[in-house]
Amino acid sequence: MVRRFVRFLLCLVGVFVIGGAGFYFITAPNALPESHWANLGEPDLKNGEMVFWTGGCVSCHAAPGSEGDAKLTLSGGLALKSPFGIFHVPNISPDEKAGIGTWTLAEFGNAMKRGVAKNGEHLYPSFPYNSYARMSDKDVNDLFGFLKTLPKSGNVSAPHELPFPYNMRLALGGWKFLYFNSEPRVVLAAKVDDKVKRGQYLVEGAGHCGECHTPRDQFGGFEADGWLAGAPNPEGQGRIPDITPGSKTVGSWSQEDIANYLETGFTPDFDTAGGSMAEVQRNLAHLPKPELEAIAAYLKAVPNR
Amino acid sequence: MRLKAIAAAVLVAGLGVVGVAIAAEEGTHDARSALMKKVGGAAGAMVAIAKGEKPYDAELVKASLTTISETAKVFPDQFKPGTETGDKAASPKIWEDPADFKARAAKLSADASQVLAQLPADPAAVGAAMKTLGANCGGCHEKFRIKTD
Repeated sequence: MVRRFVRFLLCLVGVFVIGGAGFYFITAPNALPESHWANLGEPDLKNGEMVFWTGGCVSCHAAPGSEGDAKLTLSGGLALKSPFGIFHVPNISPDEKAGIGTWTLAEFGNAMKRGVAKNGEHLYPSFPYNSYARMSDKDVNDLFGFLKTLPKSGNVSAPHELPFPYNMRLALGGWKFLYFNSEPRVVLAAKVDDKVKRGQYLVEGAGHCGECHTPRDQFGGFEADGWLAGAPNPEGQGRIPDITPGSKTVGSWSQEDIANYLETGFTPDFDTAGGSMAEVQRNLAHLPKPELEAIAAYLKAVPNR
Repeated sequence: MRLKAIAAAVLVAGLGVVGVAIAAEEGTHDARSALMKKVGGAAGAMVAIAKGEKPYDAELVKASLTTISETAKVFPDQFKPGTETGDKAASPKIWEDPADFKARAAKLSADASQVLAQLPADPAAVGAAMKTLGANCGGCHEKFRIKTD
């Protein structure tokens, strides 16, 4: 921890020596212009709901411990522990004061795809915009429309508890410079099935599977060549499994086994999803079967680890 | 005579060792895992019927439900105080909140017994029963099981 801290400081000092102004110029929050979001039309709420379940917004944004329909009130409040400190998940219900009720589509879209908050500052990547950056503008618009139909909550979430230097949002520009992009995570074969491409869109984008299943380096960026290769459990003991075809477990499952697991929660030998994957599976079970098959097809097409 | 007695003693001791090796010691990962595999096998048999991969077989459904009910009943005995360490897949929450852990196992057992009392008569009914029972599996694994690979 101390070494990590010192290294981070050294890195920071280095960056500022090279040129503070230059740093800001390169790493300032980079929102898409208002006009980018202007002509998306009426949202398709049905599709918005499917995007909502693909992303599993409820897993972090519902009140901790809530069940059933109460989960649809996205009051925030969950404390996400991480090696960098504790992130408190915000209220994203349509409440005008405590939630995102007054946000425009451009503000929401820039949070999702650029990691830029309503007032123009950097968001922490605990909110997985580094995945959502791959979502289509249409899906973002539809999701925003759907979120507005959900119940309001007046809950005001606590501020993040992050020690120096992680409490400096300006430094996140450096993080983004190093790690943020909207490029495909893996290069697929040139003549690949549409199903695999759809799976890539779901897994790398809204599904944000890599956020847990990919190992991270000391600054929380994905390790090169580690895509979906499994990682320590950020919540504590155990591991998030490797889900590439090279995996000891998932690697031996057929494409149908994977789709089935996502639909029912049962593994081929009738174990079930556990830990935080249990809720991820329940969220994904809302999707039509072809979407789950697409995810499975993509997981069979990614490189072995 | 004496040689014979020694030989017999060695043999008995040997059998004892074999016995221990077969039935894993209580409160270990292997013993816990073996019980869960029994439940998984029973669930698998029922899912195969629900999906039409195997023909409906009332006796098999009955046996599977009995296995689930009885195994769930004894499963918490594998988590007595003092067995907290050594099993990386068992969350410390089991011993922090044993009441909830036991209640969940008891509920699975009771749910299986209830289904057994009104035996599902066709594949669709078996599927519906598995939905009820399966929710117990996921709920408990979500809170108490740690993924290790």
